[in-house]
Amino acid sequence: MTRMTWTPPPPFEPRDDRPADGAAAPATPAGTSTGTPAGTSAGTSTGTAVAGTTPTTPPSPSPQRGPRSWLTAARGRTLAGFTLAAVLLLVVAPAVLPDFRLNLLAKFLCLAMVAVGIGLAWGRGGMLTLGQGVYFGLGAYLMAMHLKLTDAGPGGVPDFMLLYGDGTVPGWWEPLRSPVVTLLAIVVVPVALAVVLGLAVFTRRVRGAYFAILSQALAAAFAILLVGQQKVTGGTNGLNGFRSFFGYDLADPVNKRMLYLIAAVTLLVMVAVVRLLMVSRFGELLVAVRDGENRVRFLGYDPARVKVVAYAVAAAFAGVGGALFVPIVGIVSPADVGVVPSIGFLVGVAIGGRATLLGPVLGSVAVAWAQTSLSESFPSAWTYAQGALFILVIAFLPGGLASLGGLQAAVRRRRAPDGTTGDGASGSAGPATADAAGRPGGLTAAADAADHVAPVPPTHSVEPAGRLP
Amino acid sequence: MTHSRARSRASSLTLPAGAIALALLLSGCGGARVDAGAAATPAGGSESCVDTSGDTVKIGFLNSLSGTMAISEQTVRDSLDLAAEEINAGGGVLGKQLEVVAEDGASEPTVFAEKAEKLISSDCVAAVFGGWTSSSRKAMLPVFESNDALLFYPVQYEGLESSPNIYYTGATTNQQIVPGMDYLKEQGRTKVFLVGSDYVFPQTANKIINAYAEANGIEIVGEEYAPLGHTDFSTIVTKLKASGADAVFNTLNGDSNVAFFKEYKNVGLTPDSAPVVSVSIAEEEVGGIGVENVEGQLTAWNYYQTVDNPANTTFVEAFKAKYGDDRVTSDPMEAAYTSLYLWKGMVEKAESFVPDDVNAAADGVTFEAPEGTVTVNGDNHHIAKTALIGKIGADGLIHTEWSSDGAIEPDPYLEGYDWAADLS
Repeated sequence: MTRMTWTPPPPFEPRDDRPADGAAAPATPAGTSTGTPAGTSAGTSTGTAVAGTTPTTPPSPSPQRGPRSWLTAARGRTLAGFTLAAVLLLVVAPAVLPDFRLNLLAKFLCLAMVAVGIGLAWGRGGMLTLGQGVYFGLGAYLMAMHLKLTDAGPGGVPDFMLLYGDGTVPGWWEPLRSPVVTLLAIVVVPVALAVVLGLAVFTRRVRGAYFAILSQALAAAFAILLVGQQKVTGGTNGLNGFRSFFGYDLADPVNKRMLYLIAAVTLLVMVAVVRLLMVSRFGELLVAVRDGENRVRFLGYDPARVKVVAYAVAAAFAGVGGALFVPIVGIVSPADVGVVPSIGFLVGVAIGGRATLLGPVLGSVAVAWAQTSLSESFPSAWTYAQGALFILVIAFLPGGLASLGGLQAAVRRRRAPDGTTGDGASGSAGPATADAAGRPGGLTAAADAADHVAPVPPTHSVEPAGRLP
Repeated sequence: MTHSRARSRASSLTLPAGAIALALLLSGCGGARVDAGAAATPAGGSESCVDTSGDTVKIGFLNSLSGTMAISEQTVRDSLDLAAEEINAGGGVLGKQLEVVAEDGASEPTVFAEKAEKLISSDCVAAVFGGWTSSSRKAMLPVFESNDALLFYPVQYEGLESSPNIYYTGATTNQQIVPGMDYLKEQGRTKVFLVGSDYVFPQTANKIINAYAEANGIEIVGEEYAPLGHTDFSTIVTKLKASGADAVFNTLNGDSNVAFFKEYKNVGLTPDSAPVVSVSIAEEEVGGIGVENVEGQLTAWNYYQTVDNPANTTFVEAFKAKYGDDRVTSDPMEAAYTSLYLWKGMVEKAESFVPDDVNAAADGVTFEAPEGTVTVNGDNHHIAKTALIGKIGADGLIHTEWSSDGAIEPDPYLEGYDWAADLS
């Protein structure tokens, strides 16, 4: 029996940012990655920021003093959070959880990958992505097709095609016999679809509910297409019964644990990528587009391009999540990619806190975990619990559970004479029709992104707190 | 949630990234080594953990109690509960009382797979009973095979499967579809129209029917599929009427039947002019569709509530006593009830709860089921059953119209039928 040993994280993480590569390549000692040549947004440890093509002037020391300690604390918190998450996921969980629970957690992590992408596109970018099931499904089906072909052996025909089809492999399946093509396709296909769709939609300034409806319709159509093509997609049964994963026996518990670790590492990398995007100039622009798209346009940026990038990143994450979901769960069917699961992805993100870094992850994992454990005790009552939770969060904590931590700060800020968080940033679901007039968050972000001078604390980053009732 | 921004960007990028890389490396390697060491000892997770040392033995019931399939699967759960209760009252299995671990499959294949894994490896049940849709069974199959555990699946299905870890106590195609066609042929019907929901069971059934028709001089005058849950049948029924069909083979699922039969009546078709043979309408569904819409139509199953034998009288009475007089019993419910007794028979013959021993003892185990005597086929894990064509009566029950010559041996791959040679 082949056993999986430690391998570097799979090469199909989205490579959106150079530092992510540094994080993904275990061969690079932590120290040297600080010396990575500056890419789009990477810098050196001296504090010189290189953002986009415009080099930023090194900050002058004197006005920096006050903010710097505050910034360091924030950075420390982020670092501590990451380390804690990494330790929990990679050391504690495998040590304390039995195989079955660990595999469940691995499944939840795959769903969390989609959530991370939604957090970026919806929480930061204001695009209500109601159809992430499509990208999740693309990644999942591509992986499943590859696994079926591998199981069938070179030149072989997957079992379900023999049973329900005409016993031949359709031409468009053939390239997926190659593991390399498959791994590439898992990222490239969702991204390509997202870019095409995004360009078509965002350049026409389709926003808000229209975009949501469009993306949901896409999910519905995708599921119907899969069901109808029984002979080549497995229909309602989907694709299942995989025996091996790139040569490793899927029935071996050790390999199951390795899959968990791969999922955990992939998720951490994705969170890191989103974190980098959030603090980068792109991240500022994205929030600015969310809060005042027209203003950003007047400043000379193309909001459509910004949105397309965020949407494509979300699609790539969903695709990778889907691809890992398949060997971990052992099945993908149209029930996993349609409208209902697409909405399910959003629920976790909303409950966790869509605009925050870790909110979507924690929210989706928590909701999935609660669903599993509650349904074990109260089989039919879970649905009500989920609905009640959703209503409670939307009604009382629109920023999600993650905003609980910001509650105190918000109260403090409100009492401050010059509280700027009054009405806070906009609801990200709706189009920002008010042009961000009188909304310091959006205004600040836009201005900041434009000229790179902003010692003002980022109001938009406390958006959840600012939106508390 | 605050975060640092432009000014701290440089170091904030590299530090977390480096830390993560380091953390991943350390913990990742550590985890792998620990894993490899742990698994080197033979007592791995896939070994059975079933505890048979006490007075009880655990079994798992896995049906959808939520989601779209809940209405159908709840009835199966009810009859499983009844069977477990009866067996416990009668002294249990090998002297051990059954302890049921109940789970909800939530009508989702992935949940079925997850819960099956939980029942096997966390709850350590000796066998699992449940599943309904093909996709739920397909999702559970690898779980049972990799854990070497047993699943008893109680619903008629599309055949073409035979796992050593699954017992199929519902009909396979040669015990339901083929007899249904035999009946139509006997009645002299020569132009058959096929209508079904667009998923695996109807598609496979119709593939078989087409092959049968070709070999038996029957003409298939139309084959139409509607998406699951579809409720507009004007186009399909118009085509049906125009085709001049003298019989209809119906594999529609659920609500679609209501719309289909209403439309069928609207255009003036009757059970005499073009009878509809349905394979997914049982006693439970007749009420939902409305007796007035389906009275006089035909069904193909292996059991009806009206089947006349002592075992069925006992079963129906016990069921009504437990769940109420207004409840009906149907084929999948009976197959589920029977499956628990068959497992009991196999275990007692094997004198062991271990799946391999149970499999070795399975062949020839019989049970006086409500549907009649059933016998387990040890080779393909299906059971020999009698096919019954029934007519839906005004009372909402189904009355046997035609019966096969004794029990039909299960043949999931239709290997004994020359006309089916090209099918699989």
